[in-house]
Amino acid sequence: MAAEAPPPSTQKAKLPTPEEFTEVQESAEFGELRRSHRSFAFPLTIGFIVWYLLYVLLSNYAGGFMGAKLVGNINVAFVFGVLQFVSTFLIAWWYSKHAAAKLDPKAEAIKTRMEGGA
Amino acid sequence: MSPAITHVTLAANEASEHRPLIITLFALFVVATLGITVWAGRQTKDAADFYAGGRQFSAFQNGLAVSGDYMSAASFLGIAGAIALFGYDGFLYSIGFLVAWLVALLLVAEPLRNSGRYTMGDVLAYRMRQRPVRTAAGTSTIVVSIFYLLAQMAGAGVLVSLLLGITSDAGKILIVALVGVLMIVYVSIGGMKGTTWVQMVKAVLLIGGTILITFLVLLKFNFNISDLLGKAAENSGKGDAFLEPGLQYGADNLTKLDFLSLGIALVLGTAGLPHILIRFYTVPNAKAARKSVNWAIGIIGGFYLMTIALGFGAAALISQEEIIESNPSGNTAAPLLALHIGGVDSAWGAILLATISAVAFATILAVVAGLTLASSSSFAHDIYANVIRKGKATEKEEMRAARWATVLIGIVSIALGALARDLNVAGLVALAFAVAASANLPTILYSLFWKRFTTQGALWSIYGGLIVAVGLVLFSPVVSGDPKAMFPDVDFAWFPLKNPGIISIPFGFLMGWLGTVLSKEEPDAKKYAELEVRSLTGTGAH
Repeated sequence: MAAEAPPPSTQKAKLPTPEEFTEVQESAEFGELRRSHRSFAFPLTIGFIVWYLLYVLLSNYAGGFMGAKLVGNINVAFVFGVLQFVSTFLIAWWYSKHAAAKLDPKAEAIKTRMEGGA
Repeated sequence: MSPAITHVTLAANEASEHRPLIITLFALFVVATLGITVWAGRQTKDAADFYAGGRQFSAFQNGLAVSGDYMSAASFLGIAGAIALFGYDGFLYSIGFLVAWLVALLLVAEPLRNSGRYTMGDVLAYRMRQRPVRTAAGTSTIVVSIFYLLAQMAGAGVLVSLLLGITSDAGKILIVALVGVLMIVYVSIGGMKGTTWVQMVKAVLLIGGTILITFLVLLKFNFNISDLLGKAAENSGKGDAFLEPGLQYGADNLTKLDFLSLGIALVLGTAGLPHILIRFYTVPNAKAARKSVNWAIGIIGGFYLMTIALGFGAAALISQEEIIESNPSGNTAAPLLALHIGGVDSAWGAILLATISAVAFATILAVVAGLTLASSSSFAHDIYANVIRKGKATEKEEMRAARWATVLIGIVSIALGALARDLNVAGLVALAFAVAASANLPTILYSLFWKRFTTQGALWSIYGGLIVAVGLVLFSPVVSGDPKAMFPDVDFAWFPLKNPGIISIPFGFLMGWLGTVLSKEEPDAKKYAELEVRSLTGTGAH
C-alpha cells in the first residue's frame, strides 16, 4: 500500500547553494541535458499541435474530403480522428523511451553529485 | 402529448420504480468513499499528507487517480450528448481532451514535480517576487476551478431530474447542496490522500460502466462499427451529414471560427489545469510523474475511444426528440442509452440506468472533490500562508485555512450550480480549459523555459489571460442573448464566439512577453539557475 512505502531519500538530501546551482547550470554536462530535452520535446510539441490543427482545419474547411467514404460508413474524418488517438499513444511511448535512455541517466548523475555535496 | 414526452416520462417512471436500487447504489458509493476518507484523514498528519497525499502513491495509482480527476461529467455526459446530437462534431472534444495530454507529458509534468511543492503557484512564483505572483496564481486557480465546478454541478442537477423525476428548483438545489456538503467532507477530512483514493475508485467504476455499455452497444451491431454509424446517421434524420464535420459548427464562417477556438482551447488547456497539476505531487519523483501521465493517456484514451460507441449508440437507438426533450444539450444521452440498451420496459433496462447514473454521480462527486482540493490548497498555501502571513504561518494554521477555504468554496459552487443547468457540460468545461490555457499555461511555460521572464511578465500574462478569457465569456452567447444561455432573457452578448480561446490564449502569451520586455527589473539569474537545474534533474525536490 502506498502509505507504507519507505520515505524517499530526497527528504534527507541537502540543498545545494545558489552558487552551486549557477555553476551546474553553466556546465557542459547540464547544457547537454537541456539540449537533449529541448531538441526532442520542442519540435515534437510543435509537430503534434500542427498535426492536430490540420485535423481541426480540415474538419472546418475541407468537408468534402473529410466526408469521403472509405469502407462502408467509415469516412476520412472518422479515420483521421482515430489516427489522432494512435499518434498520441505513439508520441507518449516515444518520448518515454527517449527520456529513459537520454535524460534520466544524465539527470540522475547531476542530482547525485549535487546532493552528495561533492 | 408527443411520443417523446411519453418516453421521457416513462424513463422517469421506470427509474422511480427502481428508486430503492438507485438510492442503494448511490449510498454504497457514498458510504465506501466516506470510509476511505475517514481512514485517510487519520493518516493525514502534516501538510505534505494533506496537500500531496504524502507523495507515496505509485505511478499506476496516480495514473488512475489522474484519469479519475480528468474524466468528469463533461467527458461522460457531455461528450456522449454532443455526439448524440451533433454526430462527428461532438467527437472533437474526445480528440482534443486526449491530445492535450502530450503538452503535459512533454513540457510540464516532470519539471513541475521537480520544482514545486504543493501548488501550481509554487512553480509560477519560484523565481519571482512571491506575494504578487502567488496572489495571481491563487486567483486564477480558483477561477478556473469554479468554472469547472459549475459544469459538474450542472451535470448533477441534470442527472437528478432524470432519475428521481425531480424538476422543481428546490429539489435540484437540495441535490446540488448534498453534493456540496459531501465534497466539503471528503476534502477537509481526507485531504489529498482521501481524494486520491476516491478518484481511483471512481475511475474503476467509470471505466467498468463504460466498457459494459460499449460492449452491449457493439453487441447489438455485431461489432460492426460501420453498421453502428450507419444506423446513427439514419436514426438522427440527418443522414451522412451526421458522420461528417460541420453539423454543429459548419453553418458559417463564424461558427467555423468557434470550432477552431474550441479546438485550440482543448489542446492547450489540460497542462494549465491546477487540479490536474497538483496530482503530480502525489508521486515520489519526476520519473513516476511521467509514468503516471502515460498510464493516464492509456486509460483516458481508451475511455474516449468508447465515447464513439456511447454517442453514436445513443443516436442510433434513441430518437433525437427524446434526447432533446430529456435535456436540451444532450447531457442525459448516456443514461438514456443505458435504459434503451437494456429495454425501456424491462427491469434490466432500469438496473442499467441506475448503474450508469450512479457511476455518473460518482464521477461528479470525485471531480468536484479534486477541484475543491486544488482551490483550497492554493488559497491556503499561496494566498494565506505566503501572502497574508508572509510565510510565517505554521503547518497547522495553513491546514486549518485550507479546511475553511474548502467550506467557503463548497458554498460558492452550490450557489452557482443552479445557474448553468441547460448548458452542455462539455461546453462549460471547455470554458475552464480556455481560461486555464490563457492564464496559466503561458506563465508555466515562460517560467520554466524562458530565462528573461520577469515578475511583471508573469503578472501581465496571468491577469491578462484571465481577464480577457473570463470577460469574453461574460459577453458571449453562453451567458446571455441565447435561448440556452445562463440568462436567456437578457442580451448583452457582443462577442460572437462561445469559446474565447482563439483570442484569449494568444493574448496571454503576448502579455507575458510584453510584460517581460517592458519590465524595468532584471530577471533573477540565480533563481533561474536554481529552477532550471531543479526542474530538469530533480535536485532538492520535495
